[in-house]
Amino acid sequence: MLCIWLWACLLATGAARGDASVSVDFLPQWSPQSQFAGYYVADAKGFYERRGLRVKVVRGGPDRPAGAYLANRRVTFTTLFLTEGIALRDQGVPLVNIGQIVQRSALMLVARKKSGIRNPDDLDGRRVSVWDEFRLQPLAFFRQNHLSVSLVPQGYTPNLFLMGGVDAASAMWYNEYHVILNSGIDADELSTFLLADYGFNFPEDGIYCLEETLDGKPEAVRAFVQGSIEGWRYTFDHPEEALAIVMASVDAANLPTNRVHQRWMLARMGDIICPGGNCDDLGKLNEANYLFVGRQLRGNGIIQAIPDYQEFYDPRHATP
Amino acid sequence: MTRATRHPERRGLALRLALFILASTTLIFLAAFGYSHYHSRRLVLKNVRAVAMDRAASVVLQIEIKLRSVEALPRVVSRYLENRTVTDELVLPLMHDMVAGSPELFGGAAAFEPHAFKPDQRFYAPYFFRKGSEEVTFAQLGNETYNYFLWDWYLIPKELNRPVWSEPYFDEGGGGILMTTYSHPFYERSEEGRLFRGVVTADVSLEKLVSDIGAISLYETGYAFLISNRGAFLAHPDQTLIMRESIFSTAEARGLPELRTVGKAMIQGGSGFTAMTCPHTGRRSLLAYAPVTAAGWSVGVVIPEHELFADIRTLNRTILKIAAAGLALLLLVVVAISRSITRPLQHLVGATAEIAKGNLEVQLPVVRTGDEVQVLTRSVDDMRVALKAYIADIAETSRARERIESELKIASAIQMNFLPKRFPPFPDQTTFDLYAALAPAREVGGDLYDFFMLDPGHLFFSVGDVSDKGVPAALFMAVTKTLMKGMAEQGSTPADVLGRVNAELCRNNETAMFVTLVCGILDLATGDLVYSNAGHNPPVLLRAGKRPEFLPLPPGLVLGAAEEAAFETRSIRLFPGDRLLLYTDGVTEAMDVDQQLFSDERLLRETTWMAGETPRQMVERLMAAVQTYAGGTAQSDDITVLALHYKGSH
Repeated sequence: MLCIWLWACLLATGAARGDASVSVDFLPQWSPQSQFAGYYVADAKGFYERRGLRVKVVRGGPDRPAGAYLANRRVTFTTLFLTEGIALRDQGVPLVNIGQIVQRSALMLVARKKSGIRNPDDLDGRRVSVWDEFRLQPLAFFRQNHLSVSLVPQGYTPNLFLMGGVDAASAMWYNEYHVILNSGIDADELSTFLLADYGFNFPEDGIYCLEETLDGKPEAVRAFVQGSIEGWRYTFDHPEEALAIVMASVDAANLPTNRVHQRWMLARMGDIICPGGNCDDLGKLNEANYLFVGRQLRGNGIIQAIPDYQEFYDPRHATP
Repeated sequence: MTRATRHPERRGLALRLALFILASTTLIFLAAFGYSHYHSRRLVLKNVRAVAMDRAASVVLQIEIKLRSVEALPRVVSRYLENRTVTDELVLPLMHDMVAGSPELFGGAAAFEPHAFKPDQRFYAPYFFRKGSEEVTFAQLGNETYNYFLWDWYLIPKELNRPVWSEPYFDEGGGGILMTTYSHPFYERSEEGRLFRGVVTADVSLEKLVSDIGAISLYETGYAFLISNRGAFLAHPDQTLIMRESIFSTAEARGLPELRTVGKAMIQGGSGFTAMTCPHTGRRSLLAYAPVTAAGWSVGVVIPEHELFADIRTLNRTILKIAAAGLALLLLVVVAISRSITRPLQHLVGATAEIAKGNLEVQLPVVRTGDEVQVLTRSVDDMRVALKAYIADIAETSRARERIESELKIASAIQMNFLPKRFPPFPDQTTFDLYAALAPAREVGGDLYDFFMLDPGHLFFSVGDVSDKGVPAALFMAVTKTLMKGMAEQGSTPADVLGRVNAELCRNNETAMFVTLVCGILDLATGDLVYSNAGHNPPVLLRAGKRPEFLPLPPGLVLGAAEEAAFETRSIRLFPGDRLLLYTDGVTEAMDVDQQLFSDERLLRETTWMAGETPRQMVERLMAAVQTYAGGTAQSDDITVLALHYKGSH
């Protein structure tokens, strides 16, 4: 679940150069969970410190919209969905993608088989709840399959779906899908449509900073990106240790989640960060994917123009 | 042999008796014990089921009362708001009073659809709540960062078109207490239908409920819990689970698929009583669950099985101890009874063993039990007495037989003593040589031979065969021989001698025995031989240098058969070197293994080789020939052979 505050926080202020300090703040775009395991692990295992960087990981959450915090220079680094990064850039926030972590979209539609939905065609005429900020992929999916769907706004929980208010709901594979499973519906009772499987693969979490940081503290940027990538690699090599580190952050934040859920999330992060177990592209933003997402955003009027790939993405720090 | 079998039998009876009785008693006890155990478990389960279901029902009731009492307020308010022109003056006092007048409420809001309150106002949601104290505070909900249209408490009743209890949540503004919100939708009703305008909410703190339910305890460690309609723990003795873990995440974490099944039944509004593994203790437990229909929640009451059955286990242990003691006592009793039965038997066994060894004087134990053992003892004693008498009889009989056998031996010796045994019989005689032998078929035979000098110039000889054998034949033979000698010495012809002996034998011959006989008188000086026959076999005449031939005999009836029988005397002359061989039918009628007779022909053949032999050699050769012929066949008749060699007076 990502910040709905995005739209409220597009107030980009003028860029100001920070001093070249080795102390930086990092804000994950949501509350502590396995979605950010790589960063917590990098911090806990000293992967940043070893690169001469003191990172303060700020607790994320609904009250701390990452885009606004970055734009307002309240933090040095943050993670954002690619769509959000492009939109912010389009709206004048001078942010730069310095490492694309999640290569594959985890967004999916979930329906009960009991309601007769087994194929995309079965969604025709149904009530489907979608997140407003993530409506692009489902809408494109509906268009592609010529479906006329009754859209229902989706809140922060899958409860409306669970209570039978909609026939299908949006879900993140790593999060809401498992919440539904752990609400007493078995996987074989569900039909799932992973939008990436239908040609709508929007890369998700990437690491962002402002241009001024990139110019002023290139070493710090490199250290953060490299440390984060090492953190993710270590996470996938030592999942239980990583899970313990995540749970320590979860417990510190007193969040209503549990280890089982975080373990599932960690495993799915592996699937979308290193699809098919291949971590070669970790940190890289594929230009074709970028342009595809940009065209979808522009086509739906969310952005005016697709930011220049070279300006939006700086590949230097993600390469060894 | 007797020693080897006697021992285990004696031990086996008492042992078997004890084993069988103990085994059957134990089986019966175990069956009864098993049934009692099973039944008491069922009884306990039945009671526990009732207790647990009651407890779950009472918790449900407690929650329902709390929720239902709250439901009324938003329902009334939302009804009031429908089809009314809503202003601040209307709504604010109404909502304030709803909260202020209801101590059970934490807060309440009237949240409107975008622009439904005022066309230029997107958010309108006046919210009154208690903050820390009884004082009611006001806040206007809804802004760009709190878009209440997307929150469950607003979205779900709107989309479901019905009042809804929200999934409980930790309220950040309320100090992190667990709350749930009841949202009642209200509409603008017109001819075309109804138009959703917003929801009236009532927030309720679940803290007290949670702590009340969390504090419930049954037996030692039994507890109650409450889960939401998503399975999340709302109340549980383990506070760390609340809102963090769900029954399903616990099932996944502990690998308990049965818990997931139970959880599904619970959130689907079922009620029941089931056995499962408690995820928190790992022990087998019983779970009673019942739905909170107002909110779609479910109450579970968990009781560990081992506590339920603790009393039964204690009882079982006591029963088992009593049973063990009882069985031990029973063993003693059985051993005592079987001893009392087997002790006389053992004595009896000892006594019979003595009897078996031959000691018939043994004293049998005195048994007065009046049972089969006493009967058996008497029977054994009767047997002992009978055995003793029988053995005494046998001893007497064998003594008698021994005496008879000994007498027969004496009789045989006496009979043999009748026959002349000294050879050569007349050592100073040179005109003839003579030898005779008798082989009786039994101890005492019926054959006879005799020879003696009538005067210095005449030799009398005879060979006879009594019709029977044994002692009567021997006696008859003795009589005949005595008569023959007596008559022959009175000086007469052989026919005359036979006639007179016959007359004597016939007189008073009540036994109807008879004797065949041939006799002759040889004139030693001349070689003239006169002879007569009484039904006997013809002797073999061996003339020097000639083939042996049978001496032609005059006809004559056997002696002792008919008083008036007549006998004839014949005579031939013997020349020096001539030999005469007399025999009984024991020779010619000797049988080989194939029941074939020795026969006259064989006799003549055998005697062919006797030229030049002494009478003794002749007799022994013929005896040996008969014996060889008979082989292993038992001798059935007396065999007597007499050989005479006339040498002549020089």
